[in-house]
Amino acid sequence: MPSELIHEFMRIDHLPHIWCPGCGNGVIMRDVAVAIQELMDDPEVKLNREKVVIVSGIGCSSRAAGYMDFNSIHTTHGRAIAFATGIKFAKPELEVIVLTGDGDCSAIGGNHLIHAARRNMGLTVVTFNNDIYGMTGGQYSPTTPAGDKATTAPYGSLDRPFDIAQLAAGAGATFTARGSVYHVRETIDLIKQGIRHKGFSLIDVYSVCPTYYGRKNHKGGPVEMLRWQKENMVPTARYYAMSEEQKAGKLLVGTLTHSEYPEYTDEYDKLVKRVQAEMAGR
Amino acid sequence: MRFEMRFSGSGGQGVILASVIVAEAAVAEGLNAVQSQSYGPEARGGMCKAETVISRDKIWYSKVTRPDFLLALTQQSLDKYAAGLAPEAVVLADDTLSVPASLDRERVLLVPILATARERVGKLMTANIVAVGAVNKALGLFGEEALYEGVRRHIPAGTEELNWKALAAGAELVSDADAARFRRALD
Amino acid sequence: MSMAKKAVLMQGNEACVEGAIAAGMRFYAGYPITPSTEIAEQCALRLPQVGGKFIQMEDELASMAAVLGASAAGIKAMTATSGPGFSLKQENIGYGCMAEIPCVIVDVQRSGPSTGLPTSPSQGDYMQARWGTHGDHPVIALSPSSVLETYTLVIRAFNLSEKYRTPVIFLMDEIVGHMREGVTLPDPSDLIVNKRKASFHDGAYKRCYYVPEGQYVPAMKPFGAGERYNITGLAHDISGFPTNNNDQAGALYTRLMEKIDRNVDDIVRVQETMLDDADTAIVCFGGTARAVMSAVEEARAQGMKVGMFRPITVWPFPEGHLRARLPGLKRILVVEHNYGQMFLEVQRVVAGQTPVEFLGRLDGTVIPPADILEKLRRMEG
Repeated sequence: MPSELIHEFMRIDHLPHIWCPGCGNGVIMRDVAVAIQELMDDPEVKLNREKVVIVSGIGCSSRAAGYMDFNSIHTTHGRAIAFATGIKFAKPELEVIVLTGDGDCSAIGGNHLIHAARRNMGLTVVTFNNDIYGMTGGQYSPTTPAGDKATTAPYGSLDRPFDIAQLAAGAGATFTARGSVYHVRETIDLIKQGIRHKGFSLIDVYSVCPTYYGRKNHKGGPVEMLRWQKENMVPTARYYAMSEEQKAGKLLVGTLTHSEYPEYTDEYDKLVKRVQAEMAGR
Repeated sequence: MRFEMRFSGSGGQGVILASVIVAEAAVAEGLNAVQSQSYGPEARGGMCKAETVISRDKIWYSKVTRPDFLLALTQQSLDKYAAGLAPEAVVLADDTLSVPASLDRERVLLVPILATARERVGKLMTANIVAVGAVNKALGLFGEEALYEGVRRHIPAGTEELNWKALAAGAELVSDADAARFRRALD
Repeated sequence: MSMAKKAVLMQGNEACVEGAIAAGMRFYAGYPITPSTEIAEQCALRLPQVGGKFIQMEDELASMAAVLGASAAGIKAMTATSGPGFSLKQENIGYGCMAEIPCVIVDVQRSGPSTGLPTSPSQGDYMQARWGTHGDHPVIALSPSSVLETYTLVIRAFNLSEKYRTPVIFLMDEIVGHMREGVTLPDPSDLIVNKRKASFHDGAYKRCYYVPEGQYVPAMKPFGAGERYNITGLAHDISGFPTNNNDQAGALYTRLMEKIDRNVDDIVRVQETMLDDADTAIVCFGGTARAVMSAVEEARAQGMKVGMFRPITVWPFPEGHLRARLPGLKRILVVEHNYGQMFLEVQRVVAGQTPVEFLGRLDGTVIPPADILEKLRRMEG
């Protein structure tokens, strides 16, 4: 029996999903749904479900849009953020959430990622970051660690990987965070913060791909891969209580950067008012 | 009848705007006009050519094939476009240029367009407006109202006085005798 | 104030923007490229004045994507580009065809493949307008030949786009885009502007791509209007969800093609000038028509029986109109600023019934009327 949450927020008639057993993507999709539900129920926010638009690109991650019972658009490879920019700019009252993957948003769509961050467009981007191109069968992506193997890196990848959250922060994103499939509660809270944040937010959620990345690199099955997250990714309170030696090799699960800067569609509305006032005064 | 005008010089001298203003004045005068231009990749410098066709009839073909008038502000453009003019064509050129032997000197008006803009008007960038003033005095194409309307629609607000001065200074460069000689009535 | 409108000098690119605004366009996303840049500049200036949105995107792909997103959210949207940028937009144009998102894509054609001659005229994108994006897909493309027609025809481009829920290519060229002409714009109250349909055919969003028997175009509410539906570029069923069912995929592709094919009479417009007694027809489109009309008038003055056949709707090609003219014609001349693209369509339609010759030019200059006259004389032999 599907849970109430799934009944309410997933399109049951389009399940089961296409993801492999052990894939982390379903967990992230559920995190997004819970985050939305909690914001709908939050009297301070009262998020209107009908105003939520889920935008995705192409790849394993991007199938999530079709399973989620919201306004949803499954776009072209790499262009989710650009489509989302059009939707948000056209109708700023919409809550636009982009579900994308490491290849989709930081390789073919890297340009859109950095420019949406630079503009501080009011989008919430959730990356399903599994270090691999899953849909096409296991090719290395911009987040595959150097030396790791993939079908297009049979001798190990030479590429230096991106840290997507750092990339977005460097480009001007005003909220960036890192989540993981293992750290469900923390990740839900980070997505909620991202949605509530006025401006461009990105939550880089570490997924697991046992089928391709795990198998190619002898990382074990889903249990072992989740154990790696449990042991090497550390939630905020614990992370900041650790000594520098303890932090070595560990990844923070939590907010990475948070700053204030005017949101793009707000600024454009002001520009329109200014131009129209000048015209009326003439 | 089509009256074909070519405006040439170097990018940044405003020859395209000159051709636009002449076309706008023609429209304000109730005539038909078509304006176009060709230019290279340079925003400044580089050869620049703009064309305006004026007629009382419908204008189909938008390009100039046998100019009835040529404005040249650089030696390069004068040398290049001296060829292929209509037999009775009028050439207006800056007086610092040397007239190619192929041109009939009687049909060439050499006047100090650039110096007038720089010294009398006080801004070299008004050379195109000085040229428009001189062109209209020489050819007598438009009434003053249409000419001023043509300029007004294409200059930034607040620069009117400077531009009226440039128009007048341009007209003064052409003698009444030359104006009588070159006058073109559009039939 | 007098109500009589005065003629003003206007550039083709500027007329494109004013016409689009008159058609209700309130969203523009683009990337600068010669010779279409004035369209972006004019939109940046004008759209805030009318409460519309302008954004300069990071590249051509993003511009096309943003336009589709904005249109899905319910705002009439446009982008403009030239040559290389038109190539870059193609994938998302296909998405618009597949997901049936209305929008207008302006291509001010310039010379050459690759970077070519950026400031020079060409009509080399005629076939790309039809087949630029991969896969079989429906296309409507319109091409204006004057500044005034640019204004009125871009309004029609929006109307057709809304009516048939499909991207419409507005195929301009440098000749018209960069030309200024005196125009008297029509009174806004005289314009026909289609509003977007904002309800589903049978009221059920779970059947958002449903169309009633005998119709071809689904009706969809925009995003955020209270109905949660799905849009995808994958083959989809009438609920808008991906399907691998061959019958459903086949039905979708057939309907997409038929919505244009079955409505050709509504979509196609042609200018036929001095053809009734003509033994020679010159076929051309866009800015080339200007040299052709000059040549036709001169040829007539010399006693030659020449007329002009100008597709205004360039895709679908007006084959019925041309076929109807064939019995009276001894010869056809196709004049284009390319290596013979519409020429191929004319040959296909004529199918050997009438001799067809071609005059083209590809050096970045405009074909003068004298060259057309000379070609006509040689053809009459």
